Order: sequence, then C-alpha cells, then structure tokens
Amino acid sequence: MQNTVSNIKSLEKKSVIYRRRILQCIKNANNGHTAGSLSCVDILNVLYNRIMNVSPENFSNPNRDRYIQSKGHSVEALYTVLSDVGFFPESELNTFSKYQSHFVGHPTRKVPGIEHNTGALGHGLSVSVGLALAAKLDKASYKVYTLLGDGELAEGSNWEAMMSAGHYGLDNMLAIIDYNKLQITGTVDSVLRVEPLRDKIEAFGWEVQEADGHNLAEMEQVFSSIPFKAGKPNMVIAHTVKGKGISFMENNHVWHHKVPSDSEYSVALNELSIE
Amino acid sequence: MLLKEEKPNQIIFSETLMDLALNDRNILVTTSDSRGSGKLVPFSEAFPDQIIEVGIAEQNLVGISAGLASAGKNVFAVSPSCFLTARALEQIKNDVAYSDYPVRLVGISAGVSYGDLGSTHHSIHDFATLRAINNLIIIVPADNFETREAVKFAYQSRKPVFLRFGKKPMYTLHNSETRFEAGKAITIRDGSDLAFIANGETVYRALQAAILLENENIHVRVVSMHTIKPLDKQAVINAAKKCGSIITVEEHFIHGGLGEACAATLMEAGISVPFRIAGIPDEYTVTGGQDDILSHYGISAEGLRDMAKKLLKLQNQ
Repeated sequence: MQNTVSNIKSLEKKSVIYRRRILQCIKNANNGHTAGSLSCVDILNVLYNRIMNVSPENFSNPNRDRYIQSKGHSVEALYTVLSDVGFFPESELNTFSKYQSHFVGHPTRKVPGIEHNTGALGHGLSVSVGLALAAKLDKASYKVYTLLGDGELAEGSNWEAMMSAGHYGLDNMLAIIDYNKLQITGTVDSVLRVEPLRDKIEAFGWEVQEADGHNLAEMEQVFSSIPFKAGKPNMVIAHTVKGKGISFMENNHVWHHKVPSDSEYSVALNELSIE
Repeated sequence: MLLKEEKPNQIIFSETLMDLALNDRNILVTTSDSRGSGKLVPFSEAFPDQIIEVGIAEQNLVGISAGLASAGKNVFAVSPSCFLTARALEQIKNDVAYSDYPVRLVGISAGVSYGDLGSTHHSIHDFATLRAINNLIIIVPADNFETREAVKFAYQSRKPVFLRFGKKPMYTLHNSETRFEAGKAITIRDGSDLAFIANGETVYRALQAAILLENENIHVRVVSMHTIKPLDKQAVINAAKKCGSIITVEEHFIHGGLGEACAATLMEAGISVPFRIAGIPDEYTVTGGQDDILSHYGISAEGLRDMAKKLLKLQNQ
C-alpha cells in the first residue's frame, strides 16, 4: 500500500481505538497485563494491517504468514487486533478472563487466529525457528513473525533459538523485540541487563535494525524490507514506551499487571480521544 | 523356555523409521547431537534432508519440533530421555501437549541404560513427570515387536506421543499371533497365582522370574503394560481378580510410575490385593551398570522370584 498521509492517519486512528479496547477489556475483566499491551499494540497494528498475509479467509492455507507472540501476557493487544481484522466479533472479548471463556490471559489456539499457545516465556522463538525451517524445506514463501519481550530475553532458550536461526540462515523470519526497558520488578537494566543487545544478537548471526516501536510508517518501512540481508534471520529492536498513550502509565512498571480504578479508567479514556 | 536375543529397541526404532521415510518425505528427525546414541546414523545417511540437528539444546529441540509439526511435518524428536524429559519438560508441556501438535518425543537410553554414567544420565523420573501432563500418550515397548508397532502407531497418531527406549538387546517376547494396540496391555504368559505387570526392558526380567516360579509350581501371569498412559485399567483389574496378587515392575522410581498408576486403579475400583511395586527406591542409585543397578533393587529374575514368594506367603497367612 502506498504510504500516503491519509493512510498512516487511518492506521494511527486504529492504534487509538485498539488502546481504548485494550483498556475496556482489562477493566471489564478486572484483570490483565495493561502496560505491555499498550507498548506492543502499534507493532501488532502494522503487522496485521500492513505486513502479514494472514486473515480469517486464509487461516487454513499452509502458505499463510505465521505470527507467534512469545510475550504471551500481552494477549489483550493480540485479541483486540485479531477481532478488528475479523477473526471474531469484538463482543466476544466481553468474556475475557471469565469462567469457561476461550479468551484466557495468554494466547491459546482455541481462539481463532492464534497459531500457538504461549505464556511461559522463552518459547516462541524456538517454535518460530521450526516454522521457518519448514518453509525453507518446503520452498514455501510464507514468513514467520515473532514478538519478544525484553525481560523475556533472560530466558536462555531464546539464545538457543537465536543460535539455531543463525546457523540455518533463516532469512524468512522476523523477530521483533518490544523494547520498553521495563519488566514487572523494575527496569530491565536493573533486573538483568540485556545490553549491548544489538551486538549480542548480531553476534548470534542475525541482521538487526532498530525502529521507533510507535512510529507506524517507520515500522512498516522496516518490516517490509526483509530480508535485511539474504541468508540471515531478521531482528528489529523496537524502542517502545511501556504504558504508551496513557500519561500516568507511561514508563511506570507498576502498570505491568495493574487494572485502572474507575477514575483512572475515565482519565485514560479521555486521553485516548478519537478525533 | 529359551528366549531368542534380538536387537536393541533403539535400533528397531531407527530401522522402522527408515521404512516409513521411504514413503514419506515429510518425516523429519530432530536431534540434539544424539544421532549416534539414537542409532540414527544410517537414517541420516539415507535421508540427509530429513534430519535436523539442533545441537545440545533440548529446549530448542522440542520447540523447533513443535514448529515443524505445526507446519505439517511428521516429527520424531530424539534425545536421551534423561535430558529430553527434564530439561525440556516445559516445552513438552506447552509447545507440544498444550498446543496439541503430534510430535513424537523419543526418549533414548532411558531408565538406567546409562547406568555407569551416574544419576545425571538416569531417566527414572520420566513416567512421573510425563504422566502429569495432559494430552500425551506414553509408550514403553518391551521388545522389538512392540517397538516396531509403537513407532508405527506414533507415526499415525494425531496426538503427541512419548516413546521410551533402552540400549540393551532385547529378547523376543511375542509370537507372530500377537496384536499390538496402544492402550491395551498384552498378556505374555498366563497364570493364576500372581501377576507381574511390567513395562519396557523389565518385562523380560519378569518373564524370567515367572519361569523360575513355574519350577516351584507357582503360576504367574506376565503382562506387558507397554502403554502407561492411557493405562489399560481393565487389564489391571482382571489381573487382580484372576491372580489375587500383583507385583508391578518398572525401570523407574517407585514414585509416580507404573506401580502407583496400577495401585490407584485398584483402589478406585475398590479392590484390595497383596501388592508390591518393584522399582528404584527414593535414593541415588547404587553405582554400576544397568544390570548391576536393576539386580541391586531386586529387578532381576531371582529378585522378582523372591519378592513374589514373599508376597504369596504374606497372602496365605
């Protein structure tokens, strides 16, 4: 799609709507991972609306693109985007976190549009490597997209997966790190330092680019340019803000798994006005 | 009764897989630097494009296998059982069982096959850990026939399967009439005084014990409970009703394995019979090879014979 100003405006409007729905979903359930969903939802917006060849119509097609959300706890963002692109009616999200609902607090394949059950951290990248290897073996053209958290990188299995993707030269996979620099206890830097992140990932054989994880046009340009280098897996370090869009949640780790009060909720919705 | 020695079950696994791969380019073996221990070198030479090496990284092995299976590949993930079922347990639980991909997890050199390598290399926890995971069929073949059939079953299965093999040459326990069905125990020998319910490489030992007991006019049933989950509960109940006493035999801790599964079945059915679990007690195993270790804990022809006689004496008091 040509990136006209109006196109990006419509995508930006979606991001505002998504953020409102994420908060509605969490407030209704009185449960959820608020700030992480707000930090990654712009990435999902670009992937599902501009990049990936995946839709309710082609979801059983073996050549569809695959999306694996390794940071499964930000499921409210995923549910919100999946409902918007037509996998299920938005009203079904009213059951989020409720008794006998498929819409549990981490992704499961019982929800239309979800490829893999995640939630335990450090799993999604290995599964993505398997999918990307299968595409190479079958000479299939689909691509594999994976969303990682930054705190999640402390799980050693991620580095096993990175080593194998580099070894097999899987240039048909793109992993994106939602680098909001916070985790449940505090800053990633204080809990377990990941820096120098780019150098580490490059040393594992990946081609790395960095982007503003809230700049939709920039992300579209970067995500659509894979492979960055033939024969190397692709990583984007997306610099994000935890709690993005809500002034009192931004860059405050206490909102990792906190539900807004009635007054906070009201302020938050006011900050997310749709023009 | 002279039993014929044949090949290690691991070799039969590899041979059966080669037969299947001749007609299916979608079969993939994934391995963690374990193609040699898994007897898969011939497979890798015959089908070099159908084996994926992930290095010594069992978590990644299982995760990659789940991804491949999700893309429609028929995956056999092969790794020493001690590492596969402990280090990669969370990947087995979430990426295979919970996500519901029909990955065939193959635990090689299981039990105390790596006896002299010590406790790090023993896999005597795997029944317990894997039984506690939903949506996973667990099969422990006793001989070459059961191995061949179990591999074919796993290949056809649309559900995740764990197969467990040892290194030692096995003996023929079945005749050409025997039918194998996952989830259905096989009675190898009938008897009415006591039943040995065993699996894997201990079935042969139970059969030897039964032959010794026959010499003393004690008639023992020997059941190969090759599928530990789902358990053939009816076979356990029938053995209790017909034979009156049961000894379970397994190359596993006495906790959480075949014995406790059978005991729970009988208690829930309201059946109380003299009952013993032959297995490895809750201690770090004695040092030595597989034979040394199993014999030390009474999992030998003589040890099981003595346990049976003791139990029967108890029953007659």
